[in-house]
Amino acid sequence: MIHIQNIAKAFGEIHAVQDVSFDVARGELFGLIGPDGAGKTTLFKILVTLLLPDSGSATVAGRDVVQDFRALRQMVGYMPGRFSLYPDLSVEENLAFFATVFGTTIQENYELIRDIYVQLEPFKNRRAGALSGGMKQKLALCCALIHKPDVLFLDEPTTGVDAVSRKEFWEMLQSLKKHGLTILVSTPYMDEAGQCDRIALMQNGQILAIDTPTGVENRFAKPLFAVRATNIYRLIQDLRQAPFTITCYAFGEFLHLTTQDGVSTGTIDTYLTERHHKQLEIKPIRAGIEDSFMDLMQHA
Amino acid sequence: MKRFFAFVMKEFYHILRDRRTLLILFGMPLAMVLLFGFALTNEIKNARIAVLDLDHGQHSRQITDRLLSSGYFQLTKTLTAYRDVEATFRQGNVKLVVVFPPNFTRNYAHDGTAQVQLLADASEQNTAISLTNYATNIIQTYRTGAPATEQSPPGAQPPMQITVQPRMVFNPELAGAFVFVPGVMAMVLLLVSALMTSVTIAREKETGTMEVLMVSPLSQIQILFGKMLPYLLLSFLNGVMIITLGVFLLNIPLNGSLGLLLSETLLFIFVALAIGLLISAIADTQLVAMFTSMLAMLLPTIFLSGFLFPIESMPRVLQVISNIIPAKHFIIIVKGIMIKGTGLNLLWKPTLILFAMATVLTIVSLRKLKPRLG
Repeated sequence: MIHIQNIAKAFGEIHAVQDVSFDVARGELFGLIGPDGAGKTTLFKILVTLLLPDSGSATVAGRDVVQDFRALRQMVGYMPGRFSLYPDLSVEENLAFFATVFGTTIQENYELIRDIYVQLEPFKNRRAGALSGGMKQKLALCCALIHKPDVLFLDEPTTGVDAVSRKEFWEMLQSLKKHGLTILVSTPYMDEAGQCDRIALMQNGQILAIDTPTGVENRFAKPLFAVRATNIYRLIQDLRQAPFTITCYAFGEFLHLTTQDGVSTGTIDTYLTERHHKQLEIKPIRAGIEDSFMDLMQHA
Repeated sequence: MKRFFAFVMKEFYHILRDRRTLLILFGMPLAMVLLFGFALTNEIKNARIAVLDLDHGQHSRQITDRLLSSGYFQLTKTLTAYRDVEATFRQGNVKLVVVFPPNFTRNYAHDGTAQVQLLADASEQNTAISLTNYATNIIQTYRTGAPATEQSPPGAQPPMQITVQPRMVFNPELAGAFVFVPGVMAMVLLLVSALMTSVTIAREKETGTMEVLMVSPLSQIQILFGKMLPYLLLSFLNGVMIITLGVFLLNIPLNGSLGLLLSETLLFIFVALAIGLLISAIADTQLVAMFTSMLAMLLPTIFLSGFLFPIESMPRVLQVISNIIPAKHFIIIVKGIMIKGTGLNLLWKPTLILFAMATVLTIVSLRKLKPRLG
């Protein structure tokens, strides 16, 4: 459904997107994961025909993003990073406006947005500017869906939204998938990656890995431990100086420690007890997406 | 077409729901017309003057009566000697002194020419200029009331003439409001058409809604024209409002054709909209749009269009530059139609210039349109 080949785009000295290639299959929920400044938004803008690539080519729904941009604009739904609504128009007026602009009506495609819109309906006469972040996000999604697009592009839809709304939002995307929609979504939150069918990890304009979420986790080949003690600050300093350590990062209340092969819990325990750490807790763990991403970044 | 109208409707919602926009649209023109109109007429209405009549003749007395009955002047002092003039000005409550030299009546009746001296307190420059203009006008029209001499054939203009000494004449159309109203009109139309359209387009770019609109079947031209149509209508309404205020409240005459005046107003609005289009092609934020409009349009309009400062008294370079200011030509047209009652046969030149400006600006700004960002 989306075919990207060697796409590159630079703004002056900054190479926002460098030689990116990947494919997204029909009906797939594909996640573009990466920190701010990774080039996700630039890639999105190229795919929705807002920017011209410096080199490379891409097609969306079989249409070239450069040559066939007019035709393509009828077929894609695009939700930019900021929820682009008119704050002085009501919920209903926003939706009706976007419906008319795309040559349709709310009734015609109500089926697709019903599950989302019923939550907004009690507030349909409220101005969009007076909605909460989560509500704005839902309305923006409705507006991007109202013309029944073939491909949906969601640029960081969960940024600036509370945890509950984020969870709800991913549930909505899962149910939209059932309507056969192809969805490309970007996010800086690694914990959302597991919701996607496949993910691409992106950094500094380059793709580090493309795989299923489990596949990305399985790429992590070294021993990994979660470590905790009373003095976390001293712990991280000591561990980073340990001879067996490769990397050590803080992950919530634990430290994630990557070591060379053959290191056991006992080795670490002995090392830390010698340095008078108290209430030690050391356990081997399975790598998550974030661990994999950190590891990939190290080698990039 | 349905898309386009939905877009225009949305634009009207934006305008009608924003109190600040409404205030700028309808409060500002009203305030400006009233301020410029009345601030000036009030000063003129009760100006205190003094008269030094060294002639004591029939004509000097009649002219004094005319001045005082005009409603513009109020006699506060009758002087007896020339040396009193300076002292009177020092006291500060007299703005203008009218001096009739000895033998004024005799010269006027026998030679047909006589001289009056007007002394104005120029510490308030604008008042001084207006007062001398008012007085000059009244004195010069006096000749019609003079008795015809035996030599002059019946029906012919009597060859009599009164020369008024200080000639600070640059406002031949008389009153202050007459100068300001066309200027205010030009400014308000520019503000509404160019500034507000470019600011609303920049606002859509800022909030990101422009991106969504671009990734839609709406063409760039539909988006921009949809933005402009409401402002075109509102600007026109504003123009009509200012003309109405000027005619009924400030008593500016409307001697020429109303249809021509409205057509010329529409032409000027097109020029302003084309400027707005050009600015919005450059400006990505509301702030940039605002400052560009201020620097590129409002300041030149205020200073170089002849609105506040007469073009004739500008340095040569600025006089040349003033030709590229659309408001200059519009002010000439409005003054011509309203005050002089001139028709298109005399105003074709500024009209053609405005027309050329509208065409060139529209072509340039449409060429700048791109279907993509950046």
